[in-house]
Amino acid sequence: MSISSDNAQAYWRENLRIIMGYLAVWFVASYGCGVLFVEELNAISLGGYPLGFWFGQQGSIFVFVVLIWAYVASMNKLDAKYDVHE
Amino acid sequence: MSLDLLTYLFIGGSFVLYLGIAVWARAGSTKEFYVAGGGVPPIANGMATAADWMSAASFISLAGLISFIGRDGSAYLMGWTGGYVLLAMLLAPYLRKFGKFTVPDFVGDRYYSSTARTIAVICTIVISFTYVAGQMRGVGIVFSRYLHVDIDTGVYIGMTIVFFYAVLGGMKGITYTQVAQYCVLILAFMVPAFFLSAQITGHILPQTGLGATLESGQSVLATLDKLSVDLGFSQYTAGKKSTIDMFFLTVALMCGTAGLPHVIVRFFTVPRVKDARTSAGWALIFIAILYTSVPGVAGFGRVNLIQTINGTDNAGTEYAQMPQWFKNWENAGLLGWNDRNGDGKVQYAAGKAFDGKGKPAFDEADPRGELGQRLAANAVTGAEFDANKQPFANELYVDRDIMVLANPEVANLPNWVIALVAAGAVAAALSTAAGLLLVISTAIAHDLMKKTISPNITDEQELMYARGAAVVAIIIAGYFGIHPPGFVAQVVALAFGLACASVFPTIMLGIFYKRMNTQGAIAGMLTGLVATIAYMWYFVWGGGTPDQYFLGISPGGFGTVGMILHFIVAYVVAQMTPEPPAEIQAIVEDLRIPRGAGSAHAH
Repeated sequence: MSISSDNAQAYWRENLRIIMGYLAVWFVASYGCGVLFVEELNAISLGGYPLGFWFGQQGSIFVFVVLIWAYVASMNKLDAKYDVHE
Repeated sequence: MSLDLLTYLFIGGSFVLYLGIAVWARAGSTKEFYVAGGGVPPIANGMATAADWMSAASFISLAGLISFIGRDGSAYLMGWTGGYVLLAMLLAPYLRKFGKFTVPDFVGDRYYSSTARTIAVICTIVISFTYVAGQMRGVGIVFSRYLHVDIDTGVYIGMTIVFFYAVLGGMKGITYTQVAQYCVLILAFMVPAFFLSAQITGHILPQTGLGATLESGQSVLATLDKLSVDLGFSQYTAGKKSTIDMFFLTVALMCGTAGLPHVIVRFFTVPRVKDARTSAGWALIFIAILYTSVPGVAGFGRVNLIQTINGTDNAGTEYAQMPQWFKNWENAGLLGWNDRNGDGKVQYAAGKAFDGKGKPAFDEADPRGELGQRLAANAVTGAEFDANKQPFANELYVDRDIMVLANPEVANLPNWVIALVAAGAVAAALSTAAGLLLVISTAIAHDLMKKTISPNITDEQELMYARGAAVVAIIIAGYFGIHPPGFVAQVVALAFGLACASVFPTIMLGIFYKRMNTQGAIAGMLTGLVATIAYMWYFVWGGGTPDQYFLGISPGGFGTVGMILHFIVAYVVAQMTPEPPAEIQAIVEDLRIPRGAGSAHAH
């Protein structure tokens, strides 16, 4: 069974929106906090870490893990909504 | 039991396990050989991906690297994990839906061109060979350190083991062996990390331990910053690289990770599109366990090293008072002491204690000094130093790998932990080597023989070619392991640069830009390849100097520029040439919808 072309388009657009949202977080957590604004964030200290340093060496990795699983959940819901799951 | 006996027992035992799995999971068809029959459960695939991904470099060298470069090491930590987010969202599910065996398969079919396929085959082979050479060397080094054999003999042993389970088992054998190897390597990394963290900070987890406060009342990181600056090094939590260089390097490592063929191919082995996303999630969890512990191990290792060497009064420690592990690793050539001021004390600060690259040139005759220390031919004479920056001249050479290798001894852990670390290092190197060799043999047998040169061969013949290609690939990899190319670090940077500038963008455009056609793809791939290779070539071999860097971007980060050029050129060329045929556009529409992935099919 294949879905209608309109539905396929709508599914793809929603998928792209979801990806853009998560990648924005991905960018801010790694490039934003770990590279571009690392000096500013280092002025803040959290749990013994300068915050920018923590994002660069650990925080971003935790964010990455959460992002992938959030994406998995969002997509499972989207697949069910458009009835394209297997 | 003696350490040697325990080490033989642990490494030997792990080999029996790997070979047993290989015999149990041997491949009977090309589909089993290339993608493990497409039936690997996501958790198992996640573990296998993690073992495939974490090489001897991640296991042994990463903590040491960060220990010595501090915050700049963030580029590697973020780069080698953040790529999985890109894989999960931008590549893996669609490639799984597309349902072929290899990266060149996708490129060749999506761009309906055997030229594009051939370029992708060349990229795959070049990337995988540059990567595997380092792994075979790693296997040899690990064996030589723990089993007291030559590095060359170590490489031969590694080749034999990989031969058995890669050639027999193909992807199926490799996948289930990698699951076992992941368990061995993560245990081997975490056990000493927990002990070290608990001893130094009172926290079991190195993740929180690095933020802990020491007995002195200062945090670990503040202590590190102070120690580093006092000794003339740069501050641990401050960066030396420029922001733009850090940015480009991190992008190159992330997109390179997402574009490495041996990582991508792992997502062809799961049953459904949904499983491709899930297994990326599992893979990153398994990888993050090690990667988030690395900064802790790096930090504790460095504090421990500086305090052990320079003593509590920060004046150096008598050589005779040095702990046993210092002498063990001095004998292994990973530490070297040159008593420049002749006071009999070991002192560690910024600067070189040995000429050339700073590594002591110990020779076969192994001459010893009055105190029993090893003497090197290239010891720096005189004890000049900048008194404004540091309290004394540096007298020590420390190999970066020591941060992980010596951990169990530094923390006074029992011998079985040392043996476990040895087995873990071997597992890390072997699992990555096997994954890479499989990609090479698939590229040759499937993409080159079956798809390009002689399409009429049967499944059995193709399987035979695949096994033959695996044998040849092992021999070539072994050759590089015994005769390593110079500039190992730059060669690995090249692999990431090429993956970032060629493979990653071309797959992404194939999925997200329906209008992308053959001409655009070929022009883009060639632009990315040529730009990246030319830049690295010029700065590594062509005599280029850092002040000539384009916008201050070092060669390691130039893959990002190559990728940007790839996108621009591909887009412009695609606009000027006819759009792809309707059936190709229909394929792109189809791969965006999860349903109907079925099993990976052979067309």
